[in-house]
Amino acid sequence: MLSIKNLHASIEGTPILRGINLEVKAGEVHAIMGPTGSGKSTLASVLAGREEYEVTEGEVLFQGKELLPLSPEDRAREGVFLAFQYPIEIPGVSTTNFLRTALNQVREYRGQEPLDAVKFLSLMKEKMALVEIDQKLLSRSLNEGFSGGEKKRNEIFQMAMLEPVLSILDETDSGLDIDALRIVSNGVNKLKSEKTATIVVTHYQRLLDYIVPDFVHVLYKGRIVKSGTKELALELEEKGYDWIKEEVDSTATV
Amino acid sequence: MSTLTQPEFVLGLFEAAPATFSSLRQLGKESFYAQGLPALKSEEYKFTPIAKKLENSITEFSPAEQVTISAEQVKSAVFPGFVGVVLVFSNGYFIPGLSSKTEGLTIHSLSAEENTPLGSIADAAKDPFTALNQATFVNGIHISIAKKVSIESPILLLQFHQAKGGQVISPRIWIEAGDFSKATFIDYHISLDDAPYFVNKVVEIKGGINADLTYHSLQQEHNQVIEVSNLVTDIQKDSQFTSTQITLSGDMVRNNLTLNLLGSNSVGNMYGIYLLNGKTHVDNHTNVDHTIPHAESNELYKGILADQSRGVFNGKIFVRQIAQKTNAFQQNNNILLSEDAIINTKPQLEIWADDVKCSHGCTVGQLDEEALFYLQARGIDKITARGLLLYAFAGEVLDKIEVESLQKYIVNQIQERLGSNF
Repeated sequence: MLSIKNLHASIEGTPILRGINLEVKAGEVHAIMGPTGSGKSTLASVLAGREEYEVTEGEVLFQGKELLPLSPEDRAREGVFLAFQYPIEIPGVSTTNFLRTALNQVREYRGQEPLDAVKFLSLMKEKMALVEIDQKLLSRSLNEGFSGGEKKRNEIFQMAMLEPVLSILDETDSGLDIDALRIVSNGVNKLKSEKTATIVVTHYQRLLDYIVPDFVHVLYKGRIVKSGTKELALELEEKGYDWIKEEVDSTATV
Repeated sequence: MSTLTQPEFVLGLFEAAPATFSSLRQLGKESFYAQGLPALKSEEYKFTPIAKKLENSITEFSPAEQVTISAEQVKSAVFPGFVGVVLVFSNGYFIPGLSSKTEGLTIHSLSAEENTPLGSIADAAKDPFTALNQATFVNGIHISIAKKVSIESPILLLQFHQAKGGQVISPRIWIEAGDFSKATFIDYHISLDDAPYFVNKVVEIKGGINADLTYHSLQQEHNQVIEVSNLVTDIQKDSQFTSTQITLSGDMVRNNLTLNLLGSNSVGNMYGIYLLNGKTHVDNHTNVDHTIPHAESNELYKGILADQSRGVFNGKIFVRQIAQKTNAFQQNNNILLSEDAIINTKPQLEIWADDVKCSHGCTVGQLDEEALFYLQARGIDKITARGLLLYAFAGEVLDKIEVESLQKYIVNQIQERLGSNF
């Protein structure tokens, strides 16, 4: 489904990603782990189409289509979803309103009829239950005054509404208490299917107890330096990242 | 020095002035000559070189004559869904035949009401354009609302403007509202074609005790129009006055809004939106005078400026020594969409009392790129996303417009423009 080949990206001339290779197939969950500053969030941002990053080399195929030339909105319409690490607060725009605009633009792109208010509302009710989010919250200004947990639940709610093919969760677990983590993970797990894939970007292993990955990759200095199964995450939890850093840095000097 | 600061050019206007209100006109004329048109270095008109603009654009300094307005034109100009009283004007002349009536509302041409104390609220000595209007207005309207009358449906002042020779239109409006009365006005200017003209309008509102008055003003004329509007109101004890000023187009527009809080427990609200593109220049000068204790003023103006447009906001809050326990709040927020757009914003607080609550703030920024990306990342195209964000920015002021048909109309106008990569 997703094929990243030798991806290099930089911001303001500073290289951040330095040759990422990754294959993600339908039905899989991939965890991207790594120390702070290793390029995890950059990878998520580049896939979603954030303009500040300049891709200097490499290519990304998504369902056989070149992803990188597409605008952020077309990537979303093709089925890429990024759950933001820091969801934006937008005063004056309600989640309901904005999401209806978004969903109908996505549907139009996919050749589907727009949803009328009634159908939209019933779809919303169904998806709200998934992440235990209150309708009152959704009629308020987007994320304004939301708690950290509410913002992250809202991200997963939007994901549920837009039914993406590939979901990228960027540090969705950071700042969540255990209850919120459970709710968010439950939502993600219920949305998984054989036709969809998930990339979980996280610093901590804790989330992976709830969203169990098929593969774990360690990102360091802009490259995937180690890949394994969920056991690798546990090892990292126990030993930290230093041993990997040492391993990589010593090879580099040799 | 520009020739226009020598006010000979207005001779045509003075000569054409009607014979009514002769002593008032004489005073206006003297006051105008005493002040002259604002010079380039004039502090009050510092960012708005209106004299120069007039010199370059107005070819004929004579009053624009009344043009014929049809009932169909009136009908199509009224906002969809509007229910209320419609008062029709042509180049400042009131047209009773096209206007409607309601109980408790008395309307006369100013020429039939020579006892009207024009100039008692809008002081000609304080502004040259007020003085010019006082000397040269052709015909205006006297509106009075009886004591204890609440006019629930809004009163629409439909002002049609057309001056083929680039002339001057000088509307004059006098409103007096009795004690315990309530009314909402909508002042709407419409251009009949795209020839330039100069509108020099004065509105005086004399509020009674415990009155509740609202004055919405919508400026949506074509982009060759020069306009100076002076609205002055006296607000008495236990009263509320609310102004909303929506400016969507024009060449150079200057709005002077003056609220005199004269009785305790009075409230003055000033709200505004300016949505500018091209080379439109809009200057909002507001002035609230807290003359007594226990009064409140609230002010919120928001601006969105594209292309080479220019905005000016000057909000003066004057709190006199006696005006203890004053609450005065002011906010002006601006979004600049282009590198060539300019905003000059200036809060001007003069506080002589020592037990007051006053706050002010102004912001100038660009569109939030992060928010834009967030919306795009959910599948919304860039232009729609931009429109959503800008509309949300303006929404806080739009919410203050309580006349549903007017609010809807303005919302549509704004959305249409913002949705078209404004």
